[in-house]
Amino acid sequence: MKPLATILLDHGSGGRASQELIRNLFLPHLDNPVLACMEDSALVDTGAGRLAFTTDSYVVDPIFFPGGDIGRLAVNGTINDLAMRGARPICLSLALILEEGLPMEDLQRIILSVQAACRGADVPVVTGDTKVVPRGKGDKIFINTSGIGLVDGDVQISAMNARPGDAVILSGSMGDHGITILTQRAGLSLQGDLTSDTMALHRLVRKMLDEAPGAVHTLRDPTRGGVATSLNEIAEAARVSVELEEGDIPVKPEVGAACEILGMDPLYLANEGKLLALVDKDHAGRVLDIMRSLPEGADAAIIGRVTAGPAGRVVLKTIAGGARIAPSLTGEPLPRIC
Amino acid sequence: MKYVSEFRDKKFIVPLVAELRRIIDRPLRIMEVCGTHTMAIFRHGLRAILPEELELISGPGCPVCVTSAAHIDAFIDIAARDGVRVAIFGDLFRVPGASGSLARAQSMGARVEIVYSPMDALTLAEKYPGEEVVFLSVGFETTIPLVAATILEAERRELDNFTVFSAHKIMPPALAALLDDPELRLDGLLCPGHVSTIIGAAAYAPLAENYGLSCVVAGFEPVDILQAVILLAKQAREKRSVVENGYARAVSWQGNPRARKLMSDVFAPVDCQWRGLGVIPASGMAIRERYGCFDAEKRFAIRLTEAPEPKGCLCGQILKGKKNPADCPLFAGRCTPLAPVGPCMVSSEGTCAAYYRYARV
Repeated sequence: MKPLATILLDHGSGGRASQELIRNLFLPHLDNPVLACMEDSALVDTGAGRLAFTTDSYVVDPIFFPGGDIGRLAVNGTINDLAMRGARPICLSLALILEEGLPMEDLQRIILSVQAACRGADVPVVTGDTKVVPRGKGDKIFINTSGIGLVDGDVQISAMNARPGDAVILSGSMGDHGITILTQRAGLSLQGDLTSDTMALHRLVRKMLDEAPGAVHTLRDPTRGGVATSLNEIAEAARVSVELEEGDIPVKPEVGAACEILGMDPLYLANEGKLLALVDKDHAGRVLDIMRSLPEGADAAIIGRVTAGPAGRVVLKTIAGGARIAPSLTGEPLPRIC
Repeated sequence: MKYVSEFRDKKFIVPLVAELRRIIDRPLRIMEVCGTHTMAIFRHGLRAILPEELELISGPGCPVCVTSAAHIDAFIDIAARDGVRVAIFGDLFRVPGASGSLARAQSMGARVEIVYSPMDALTLAEKYPGEEVVFLSVGFETTIPLVAATILEAERRELDNFTVFSAHKIMPPALAALLDDPELRLDGLLCPGHVSTIIGAAAYAPLAENYGLSCVVAGFEPVDILQAVILLAKQAREKRSVVENGYARAVSWQGNPRARKLMSDVFAPVDCQWRGLGVIPASGMAIRERYGCFDAEKRFAIRLTEAPEPKGCLCGQILKGKKNPADCPLFAGRCTPLAPVGPCMVSSEGTCAAYYRYARV
């Protein structure tokens, strides 16, 4: 088959297709040492301290969903990208691309939600932009947020810092956001309360870093591509292997059931209010206690460990007692046929 | 999850594996017919704990994988026409024919909707009265009755902008054709659980009689699969070859006669091209004359054209259980789930996709 000649949905999935696009097109042309780190936020040395800088666009469909909406997602997602480098979020920008015909009522609802999320997180929107495109040239509303944060002098959080022996901690149940959106999109009405987990995690990170200094090596919020893809990225960056215990990974029963019906693997579903922490094994218990003391980390669990195995390899030890690899997501997760 | 997690629990699995090791007394070649079995075996990491004497080979039971390139090309042809919107199950989206895939067609402007039930396609037909909505239907006996019911419902609602492209296939003729191949030396068949809910365990009796082959119907959880493999190993040890039902909580001996009636009311058997297996007599299901107005092949005057298999692709041999994905020169190099060359790589139930996702080291 010829090389891909058009952009496919796969390229936006956060999985291997997205990574290939970055490696083969963006990095070669825009390359510089900061970009090349490929972390959730860039760290820029200003001479007077380290600045964390990140940007993210939100195109979720539907724009309102159980547990949140595109506005709250846009605030929390960018705050979380700053927090994953150990930064204190300072401020956000908010850029809107609106489709002609969007009900003013919907826009108002989204802006009120942005307001509530900013107040809750104590991170203000300090600049913004609005564009309107003709009907049919967009899909209701797209949002871009950028964020700036400051990183304290002694904080060193990076995917490259994971090392053999580290405990892998997940801050709560996985797959909630991804499965909520998928079932909404499919118009499936399932029993139980599937809700998005969208949540700002900077306070949780602050407490972990303040109360267990030096213990946390790596942080990542497993959004698109899910826990499996994030761990593959970390394992590649740090040239290590990761071993997961399937039985220890928290999955809500209703999420597990919906995954069975749709043929999805929760390891690959997006989370919007969860983080993965790779933590020095001697301090893992302490960090877990700190996390569990906040609502954001109430269901945190140790789900695996870093090993000195082949670089970039993630192995899942299954509940059934078997083992298999858990590679990166390859494309947009699709439902099965039968 | 009650009634699911129990079937995955190590505390039941470990004793079952031990029992299997006790029973198995010679190398056994067992084919899991169904793609869902292939995937379940990998997903739960069972290959890492099964005895070495047990060789599991994957069969032709992934409906997307056995759909001919000619069909895929016809699907793309219809999808690209003006005023047409096609509805598909997700697995079909990336399957390559000779002229690209539906994913590619969509990126060029074709209207492709992924649905979870054929009935969703009816809803689309009502929502877009000015368009022709075509359900591109690929599937075995588990899917066909649903599509039959959908066609009956379309008739009741008097929808004149809804058609079905039937690339359906039925399992027993394909299994018989496969077993006629002298090169395929099998000790047992792990029979598909979902298909068997419709056709019943009784459907395998001719295979057991005519080919002297042990057949056990299996569910899809690790405990189900192990129990079925144990039954097959026992038959081998005792030199018996009969049909046993290892999935009695879902499958009966007679299956679901009502679903079968629905199927035969709307569809009639026709000779059908299977990717890798060639034309198998009476193995396809065409829409009967009586419902001809819902037949997309008639509405769009489709003629299937001969499409060559991609060069170097071993999907045909792999679907017959004769080759392993690792034997294929394209595997994991030119052929990956992102840019699949052959159909076994693209379906989430395809053998190559399973090996790619879970078995590469």
